[in-house]
Amino acid sequence: MTVQADPPARSGTMGHVAYVLRENPVTALSFALFAFFLGSALFGPMLVPYDPLATEAAIALQPPSAAHWFGTDSLGRDVFSRVIVATRLDLVISVAAVALSFVVGSVLGAVAGYRGGWTDIILNRVLDTIMAFPLFVLAMGIVAALGNSVANIIYATAIINVPFYARLVRAEVNIRREAGFTQAAKLAGNSDARVVAFHIFPNALPPMMVQVSLNLGWAILNAAGLSFIGLGVRPPTPEWGIMVAEGANFIVSGEWWLALFPGLWLMLAVFTFNLMGDGLRDIVDPRRRT
Amino acid sequence: MAGRWTAVGLRIAQSVPVVLGVVVISFLLTRALPGDPAVQFAGAAATPESIEQVRASLGLDKPLLQQFLIYCGDLLQGDLGQSVSTGRPVAEELASRLPASLELTLTALILSCAIAIPLGVLAATRPGSWVDQLCRLLVTAGVSLPTFFTGIVLIYVFYYLLGIAPSPLGRLDFIYLEPDPVTGFFLVDSALMGDWETWLGTLKQLILPAITLALFTLAPIARMTRAAMLAALSADYIRTARAAGLGRGKVLYGYAFRNALLPVVTTLGMVFSFVLGANVLVEKVFAWPGIGSYAVEALVVSDYAAVQGFVLCMALLFVLLNLAIDLAYSVIDPRFGTEAK
Repeated sequence: MTVQADPPARSGTMGHVAYVLRENPVTALSFALFAFFLGSALFGPMLVPYDPLATEAAIALQPPSAAHWFGTDSLGRDVFSRVIVATRLDLVISVAAVALSFVVGSVLGAVAGYRGGWTDIILNRVLDTIMAFPLFVLAMGIVAALGNSVANIIYATAIINVPFYARLVRAEVNIRREAGFTQAAKLAGNSDARVVAFHIFPNALPPMMVQVSLNLGWAILNAAGLSFIGLGVRPPTPEWGIMVAEGANFIVSGEWWLALFPGLWLMLAVFTFNLMGDGLRDIVDPRRRT
Repeated sequence: MAGRWTAVGLRIAQSVPVVLGVVVISFLLTRALPGDPAVQFAGAAATPESIEQVRASLGLDKPLLQQFLIYCGDLLQGDLGQSVSTGRPVAEELASRLPASLELTLTALILSCAIAIPLGVLAATRPGSWVDQLCRLLVTAGVSLPTFFTGIVLIYVFYYLLGIAPSPLGRLDFIYLEPDPVTGFFLVDSALMGDWETWLGTLKQLILPAITLALFTLAPIARMTRAAMLAALSADYIRTARAAGLGRGKVLYGYAFRNALLPVVTTLGMVFSFVLGANVLVEKVFAWPGIGSYAVEALVVSDYAAVQGFVLCMALLFVLLNLAIDLAYSVIDPRFGTEAK
């Protein structure tokens, strides 16, 4: 195996990141798209041309035009403004859900991986049982049981994602339980909690980041799917899933713009997170490139 | 041979605790969560007395463990409770709607396997070619497609623009008579009756929702087939087979593909999880009278028993499918059950 004598890494990680982005423009594109979605979420509500909730019966169901880029819906609301404003809610739901499952999954996985024994067996059994459900169906059941609200959509999405994180952390912690640096940290007088949190857990972070990015796309799809079937978000609120559901009633009479644009945005967001996940994997784990 | 049957028996025994866990979670979803089920079951116009009455009649005043045993007893008798909105037993409704969902899901799976597996094999044998690029594009785009959105786009193109698809309303146009129920699968039933006109009508209704679901499942299957084939083709035994002068077809299908099939079959388990969830969305888009749209209708009116019955039914279906996949392993893989325990 001959290694190309690259000019010595200019600044370590940053140099490697720049290299991956240059080699793979698609990853760079996904980061640009992510910045766009983040911008829409943060500043969108201030920048959109129309109030996303303002109805105007006179201009109902108009196709896209210069004044209304994405057309207007059955109540004369501007579809473009609604699509952009919806970004914030959709991102908040998915980011909150993924953050929650990240934290809960990490704690459960770390405890089970470090302790082993019965804790480990019981956790694995519980995770297996969660995974024994088709996940979207379980989310439906949880929302139905907890009550129909946005917060409960977040909890349901978090619960069905926990097994992925818990298993990943468990595996990463378990293989380092007896590692030299772990024993050295223990000998130096660190408590178990401290050893797990500051010495072992950081090793699991790179694969976790990839998982987070892939999961975000999936969480958005999941939340939009739930609101598509009428759970969580209530009608006047702009949200992609519910907008597609509303637009679906008009598709058979040819008003395509109602469902197309929120659907496209949803697709683009999921696509962005998936590409970013692949790109991040290249950055943190060059061996697993396909 | 004895080792293989032991392994099969062991695998079947392993699904018992999973089923038990599924039942426990379904029970917890109905009883132990915040919110008072008695209030929900009693309906909107309930008085405190009627709520108490409902509580007693549902057995909610008993201790949790006793409630669980009663719940299990009911389940063993096939009793999933009464639907509040339709007044019919949930189990009966689910049973009458299950064939519609299964027909859709199985058609979609067969369709996507028929496309994804050859595509993956072709992509792996010709890396860098246009087939490989097409496969990569499908894999990346496929996982980003929201099923309900693809369905709507297909309806717009094939029903509204081209006018070649029938209206997306249910399993069969009203001009046809439903075939006599034998299996509940309209395609099979109408073929059994020899009524090919109905068969064609059924196929027309089925094709769009099936394509929608198939597009969704194409990506993971094609990705796995490609990766597994690539791994198998670079293995030592392939080099040996080639060196021994075996024909290209024998090497590709007799050796590489047979080994590559194992991870693909494993992926199918995960695909089932997706497909059963996506089924709900597709059924809503196409007004398909399966258990998914039943659950969605029940959710809208907070029909508790119906939703929980649906969740349990789906989970049991999923456990069964996974069991079937693992048992399929014992057929495909001659090493099954021989490795050291």
